[in-house]
Amino acid sequence: MNRRTFRRFKSNAMVGLMIVAVVLAVLPLLFILADLVIKGAGNLDLAFFTETPAPAGDEGGGVVHAIVGTLIIVGMAALIGLPIGIGAGIYCAEYPGSRITWITRFVADVLNGTPSIVIGVFAWAWIVATQKHFSAFAGSAALAMIMIPMVLRTTEEMIRLVPNSLREAALALGYPRWRTSLGIVVRSTLPGIITGSLLAVARIAGETAPLLFTALGSQYLSTNPNQPMAALPLTVFTYATGPYDEWHQLAWASALVLILVVLVLSVGARLALRRGAGTHG
Amino acid sequence: MTDAPIAVSTTTLTPRPAPGASRAPAVEVQAFGFAYGAREVIRSLDLTIPRQAVTAIIGPSGSGKSTFLRSINRLNDLVPGAKYSGDIQVEGQSVFAPGTDLVALRQRVGMVFQRPNPFPKSIYDNVAYGPALNALVPRRDLPELVERCLRAAVLWDEVKDRLDEPGTGLSGGQQQRLCIARALGNRPELLLMDEPASALDPISTQKLEELIVELKRDYTIVIVTHNMQQAARVSDFTAFLEEGALVEFGPTQRIFTRPAHERTEAYITGRFG
Repeated sequence: MNRRTFRRFKSNAMVGLMIVAVVLAVLPLLFILADLVIKGAGNLDLAFFTETPAPAGDEGGGVVHAIVGTLIIVGMAALIGLPIGIGAGIYCAEYPGSRITWITRFVADVLNGTPSIVIGVFAWAWIVATQKHFSAFAGSAALAMIMIPMVLRTTEEMIRLVPNSLREAALALGYPRWRTSLGIVVRSTLPGIITGSLLAVARIAGETAPLLFTALGSQYLSTNPNQPMAALPLTVFTYATGPYDEWHQLAWASALVLILVVLVLSVGARLALRRGAGTHG
Repeated sequence: MTDAPIAVSTTTLTPRPAPGASRAPAVEVQAFGFAYGAREVIRSLDLTIPRQAVTAIIGPSGSGKSTFLRSINRLNDLVPGAKYSGDIQVEGQSVFAPGTDLVALRQRVGMVFQRPNPFPKSIYDNVAYGPALNALVPRRDLPELVERCLRAAVLWDEVKDRLDEPGTGLSGGQQQRLCIARALGNRPELLLMDEPASALDPISTQKLEELIVELKRDYTIVIVTHNMQQAARVSDFTAFLEEGALVEFGPTQRIFTRPAHERTEAYITGRFG
């Protein structure tokens, strides 16, 4: 075998290995999706989206309480977490040399690595234990705490990709510093920031542990953030571990809805990034 | 034109002539020095930049040309550890005076960079954003101002039908002319150009040079360039810098035909640099 054929062989072998790695990476997701569709799709009827659960052991019923609950809890978490995370991310990116930035970054990295159940325990100690009752708001606070460091870091990374020449162009035109940051630098990274935000929302939508001892879960449709509230991940957890077959069906269907929500958010995030990239020419 | 009587008195303080009223220099540099931390980049530079003319700053890499240019609008403030000494006066006002409004200074001193850096906005917004922000003209006059700037930058005919397209979609040469139009939007007194043609092809460079010659009727231009022919073609005055110090300054024609300094001759004839 001469040198050239050997090189080609090596190249092909490496490409082959990479293809195997890609397939192995994607396969679990495909299996999960297929399993969920097979076992869960059959239960997705109108009642599933419009009714609260039937009494234990009975047929039918739905999880509208959990769908509404997830929307409220995740929505409140996003309202708290996104402004703080994005704002802090902008600060860290625009003032990279400051001491506050160094501390913020360090804390964010620690928080990012903190297991979500630990954050749930803190939310319990700070909010639930002091208020002496479980509440959807406590759940949102826990989710927001998970969200902030993620959004902070992605925002910071995105802004740091902006070439310095753009910043200089704006400053040299007589833009004040804050206008340069917000009007030019942040504006040009908006698609990236939106993507990071959507991915963070998708990530917290599926969190179960921090909700276990904060929002607690509920069998009833509730929109009061000061009361315990159901959420899709909690429903999956409760029903999947319950003793009834009907519950298992609902758990499969809930899991399918949850993963579809996450999928839609992720695809939306990619689209936002692509559309943004388009206007950059 | 009548000659103004020359005031010889040094005891009375007369107000400085209004910009454009006389041939007073546009930029006066006195014993200017600049250092990044401990590294001295410019040492005691004295230079007088004449109004409504093109002054080329030439010199080998690392001679402090760009640093000097970026000191005039104090863009070097961004550099950590930047230290100024001496003084630079633009139209009689020191740029280092305490309480200098950097926003106002940079409005009066436009800058064009080495690489075209249009904002990721529409062609129109690239030009309109500065004047709109600084409230230089009433909002309803903005379209007219944008057209005037784009015409002055000889870009109007190429972009008039697609003003709402992103400025980043233009060719490199067009982008650089857009950046010039953007700088003109602020109606600056002084235009700084930091090797504006170094990223451009020969045809775009030629257009840019014609534009510079055109612009000097209304503006004072300081251009840093590595290209000797370019300096000879576009500039009226040339300053040769080496290792952060001024070697020679004078009318371009003289510098290029009868340089007074051996180093200048060596540099412009390409023996080093």
